[in-house]
Amino acid sequence: MTNAAAAGSANEKKQGFFARYWARNKATDNNYLLKRDVARIAAGIFTTVLLFGLCFLILQPLLLQFSNSIMSRNDLFDPTVISIPREPTLLNYQTATRLMSYWGSLFNSLWVTALVAVLQIVACTLVAYGFARFEFPLKRFWFACVILTVLVPPQVIRSPLFLNFHFFDFFGLVTLFTEPLMLTNTLTGYLILSATAMGLRNGLYIFMLRQYFRNMPKELEESAWVDGCGKLRTFVQIMLPDAVPMLVSCFLFAFVWQWTDGFYTSMFLREYGVMAVQMAGLGDAFHFDYVRQVAAATGTQGAAPPIALLQAVISTGVLIGIAPVIVIYLFAQRYFVESIGQSGIKM
Amino acid sequence: MDKAAKPATRGMTMAGKNAVSGYLFIAPFIIGFISFMAYPLYQTVRMSVSDVRLDLENNGFSMELLPSVRNVEDESFLAALFSNFRRAFFEDAEFTRAIVEELGSMLLLVPAIVIFSLFIAVLLNRKFFGRGFVRAVFFLPVILASGVLVGIESNNAMLIAVQQQIQDQNAMQAGVTGVIEDMLDNMVGGAGIGDFLEYILDIINQIYTIAMASGIQILIFLAGLQTINPSIYEAASIEGATGWENFWKITFPMISPMILVVVVYSVIDFMVRTDGEVMEMVEFAMQLNEFGFSSAMAISFFFIIAAILGVAGFIISRLVYYYD
Repeated sequence: MTNAAAAGSANEKKQGFFARYWARNKATDNNYLLKRDVARIAAGIFTTVLLFGLCFLILQPLLLQFSNSIMSRNDLFDPTVISIPREPTLLNYQTATRLMSYWGSLFNSLWVTALVAVLQIVACTLVAYGFARFEFPLKRFWFACVILTVLVPPQVIRSPLFLNFHFFDFFGLVTLFTEPLMLTNTLTGYLILSATAMGLRNGLYIFMLRQYFRNMPKELEESAWVDGCGKLRTFVQIMLPDAVPMLVSCFLFAFVWQWTDGFYTSMFLREYGVMAVQMAGLGDAFHFDYVRQVAAATGTQGAAPPIALLQAVISTGVLIGIAPVIVIYLFAQRYFVESIGQSGIKM
Repeated sequence: MDKAAKPATRGMTMAGKNAVSGYLFIAPFIIGFISFMAYPLYQTVRMSVSDVRLDLENNGFSMELLPSVRNVEDESFLAALFSNFRRAFFEDAEFTRAIVEELGSMLLLVPAIVIFSLFIAVLLNRKFFGRGFVRAVFFLPVILASGVLVGIESNNAMLIAVQQQIQDQNAMQAGVTGVIEDMLDNMVGGAGIGDFLEYILDIINQIYTIAMASGIQILIFLAGLQTINPSIYEAASIEGATGWENFWKITFPMISPMILVVVVYSVIDFMVRTDGEVMEMVEFAMQLNEFGFSSAMAISFFFIIAAILGVAGFIISRLVYYYD
């Protein structure tokens, strides 16, 4: 069919596009060409409308938060203003920045989150490499334990974990020398968890990294070994440089999820003024601030802030709170999206 | 490390050396797992059948098995031992209802998430204008629907008070789908089709929740789709297979191992999300220092999830097709 069409189109070059198309269509059985192309175009339009519509659905709350965040008080109460404010203002940003002590929190969050994420990924990489490349007794059992850490919701072990860290006594080792340590609300406690690959979703990172290491050619290590390279050195000098894209992906996951995490943050990092705590507490902080200000100005006690205003301030806080991770995501999107494909997750 | 390890491992077989290095590599995990996962899990189980007392003078806490503490007459040993569980399931007004509701919405949402993410992944796997942008947006929920960001807008003292009011108002307003639902109900009238339609409309109402919960799932499916050898499709289209047949006879079987992964991931993700009602109850009981009761609820919930995953995994793994 294509040959005939090519020959036909050479003869009919002078005719218009539609005439030529019609002639080719007539040459096929039962208007096959026309039917096929109409179906294709219709499917394309349908797909585009559907996908971009769903994109809008996902982005819409973000856009709404943004438009709320630049509204002044009058706009918030004006029923004729829906999404574009009449008097755009940065007042909400000032309030949210002040109540979250934004710049300090940003700095704290950045170093705390980066430190924790790096430690987690180092631990997970070591463990993943151990699972991917060595044969040892009980290997299947220990890997089943990795899966178990993914399956157990952290909330299930929350009370014992909290109590154990509140009176930290590592199998009686600490009390040999001194009193039990209080490691809740300290970074040390979370660093211990991270260094032993027990932080937020670390089982998942071990799983992904193990798959990645398993897919790397074994010959690399064998030749290094023949040349007299030790196991640790092979790992550091031969395997790690090749695994950098996957390590970056896992680090980004760890960073982003740690940034918004509420569970471990509330147990260990409350005192560090990290962004997750500030975002979660912004609503109440604004409430108290409003009450105090009204009391100072008019003497009225217990005036609750209007809900629209409260929502606008919270929206602003969330926007500026997640702005850093959104920026990271936009620049490193490729790493996020490719990581799972590279790891080749299968069961 | 090598220099120090050599004398110790001299005279060992190759396999023995491998085993030692393997254990050294996974040592962090073993330490962490035993002390921060296995031991706390054991303690949770013990707490659920014990009376937990904070003992601030001795800087610790003490646990005593419930039967030795409770002084209820005519109570057998087992009844006393499991009294926290009895309280959760038979005395607490909220817990059973919360679990049933949670499971109900899980049964509604997880199949919808799986179908939605497979559908989107198939669409995203084709070439079209703006694909990079669309992919980036669909993956954005991984950030937007994580941690404290879930339900942050209602997570403060004032809004919790007015939340109930808002919900009541929402229930009274019939949405667009409500109107359509009424029309369809009047038109069809039949019970069977009506139920099915209601299920579909329920899902359409929750499309935002579903899209927000499908970020990772879409990625897993996309990764799976890209591993399918294009020559299989080529061979099929030479034989005259349509796109529809291609999907059901090639894509679907080849992607079926991923369906298992996605189901497991979605169930876990749904259950451990921070604004889940059961998890909030567990947390709340803990804040009241009712550690035993809190642990009993957490353990029961965990075993229910594990049972569901076991059943789902067993059924799906029977249907999965492995190409190699």
